[in-house]
Amino acid sequence: MPKLYTFLKYFFVVSWACFVIAPFLWALSTSFKDFNSVTGGATYIPWLQFEPTLDGWRVLFKPGSQGGINIVGPYFNSIFVTVTASFISIVLGTLAAYALSRYTFKAGIVQNNDITFFFISQRIMPPVVLSIPFFIFLSTLGLLDNLAGLILVYIVLLMPIAVWIMVDFFNRVPREIDETALIDGCNPFQAFFKVVLPNSIPGMIVAGLFCIIFGWIDFFFAFILTFTKVQLLPVKIVALNSSITPWWSLSAAALVSVAPLIVVAFIVERYLSKGSLSGALK
Amino acid sequence: MNFKHKFVFLLPGLIVLIGIIIFPILFTIRLSFSGWNSFNPELDFIGIKNYIRLFTADPRFWQSFFRLSFLAITTVFIQYVIGFALAHMVWKDIKFKRFFRVLFLIPMMTTPVIMTVIWRTFFHESLGPLNDFLSLFGMQPAWLSSPGLAKIAIIVVEVWQWTSFMFLLLLAGLLSLPKEPFLAAAIDGASSFKKFIYVTFPLMAPISIGAIIIRLIEASKIMDTVFVLTSGGPGTSTETSSYYIFIKGLREFQMGYAATVSFTYLIIMIISLTIISKVLTKVLMKE
Repeated sequence: MPKLYTFLKYFFVVSWACFVIAPFLWALSTSFKDFNSVTGGATYIPWLQFEPTLDGWRVLFKPGSQGGINIVGPYFNSIFVTVTASFISIVLGTLAAYALSRYTFKAGIVQNNDITFFFISQRIMPPVVLSIPFFIFLSTLGLLDNLAGLILVYIVLLMPIAVWIMVDFFNRVPREIDETALIDGCNPFQAFFKVVLPNSIPGMIVAGLFCIIFGWIDFFFAFILTFTKVQLLPVKIVALNSSITPWWSLSAAALVSVAPLIVVAFIVERYLSKGSLSGALK
Repeated sequence: MNFKHKFVFLLPGLIVLIGIIIFPILFTIRLSFSGWNSFNPELDFIGIKNYIRLFTADPRFWQSFFRLSFLAITTVFIQYVIGFALAHMVWKDIKFKRFFRVLFLIPMMTTPVIMTVIWRTFFHESLGPLNDFLSLFGMQPAWLSSPGLAKIAIIVVEVWQWTSFMFLLLLAGLLSLPKEPFLAAAIDGASSFKKFIYVTFPLMAPISIGAIIIRLIEASKIMDTVFVLTSGGPGTSTETSSYYIFIKGLREFQMGYAATVSFTYLIIMIISLTIISKVLTKVLMKE
């Protein structure tokens, strides 16, 4: 019986691993094809089944005037927007989460839990619901097609995640830490910045990773709120999907765009295996 | 003293969030009572006409809503079962543990729209690898142009993308479980199956509920996948509520009506998520 279970376990895990890898391998193989190899039917192994070429990759770095796609600009835009919005969300979210974890708020029927829920509930709203009013909001502010406008919108997307993770995290940091600091003569701000914050770095890193993931993978807001001056990576790549689809450069661009976050997968796994993530996610 | 400090911590975040969100929300509510469209782009007041239209003369929205419920519940259920199985399998003794853990985390780190573009080539009727494989058995299904199969394609992509998130939440939960109950079960000589039913699963109930709710919230926004994979088609057979709002508001420019749909949809979502979380808590936490 245990032997059968072990066999089934490995069978299941390996099958799922194949399923996870399949689209990446397909994209990798496709990225080295040219028009004829793509339209000739599905092939997988370069040299054996088709003659590989680097055209799909070269076109990514050529400027538009030479028939290229030039994803370098959108790439940096995406990184800039994601990192800035994540940073602001973490700073504001951590402060708010600390207040919600340590102090009691009461205004009529509104209590701590309701405030926490208010933060988190922002994620219930589908982007499409907010996109129309945001469009009008940003155009009144003159922030349409603008990095700052996009960052503003992304804060709404990311701060709930930061608050959600940090409230749970602070609830697990023993109160004695702050109390000792207060008895030693620190005021609450000093206690927070000198004692609590240094102990919260793991939680903030986890929250930061999550903000970066959910900022990086957003498509819809960037799609609605930017046009030509500012383009983010997902929008640029999906635009390729429209008329005549060049599968080869599409695949190459997709691989380039998912690459940086695969590094995040390794970091998250490290935290998971060390056990520091368990506290932060429960 | 105390009073002052707590607000200094809380208010910056709260004010920024409210400051950004208040206009869009109020504007959506106001807009839902107007007839703003491309012929009449102004904020007039037409009373509850839009709401009457939504509740009496718009089966397409309600169909999209039930389709969304079906897709969200099915995908989250599959993600939960597979995610729990995977998390349980790589929790303890397995070879290449860390390799599998990293690998299973990767899909949630990838941009849904971009991976869906790849999936679209994967499902391609004549040039994709899936039908290349199936043709060995003499099958050549039209994945994206028949209503039933298009739904399956969306479920496959959603499961691929988001099982990893479920896996992450559940594995983090498993790794944080206390050791004592398992020792006690081992002393009692419980089989691994019994251990799972009587120890692991009940201990994981609160984490499971949290993970399912989080995933349901995210799944209710299914949009990117539909947008790229099928554009709601064939016909309207894969249209979800988000996509319907997108069509009404940003393709047909019936802004007022789209706002009505949005607002109603939000209310329904908040109510149903509250009910679902209550029911789940009752079902899973009965012991």
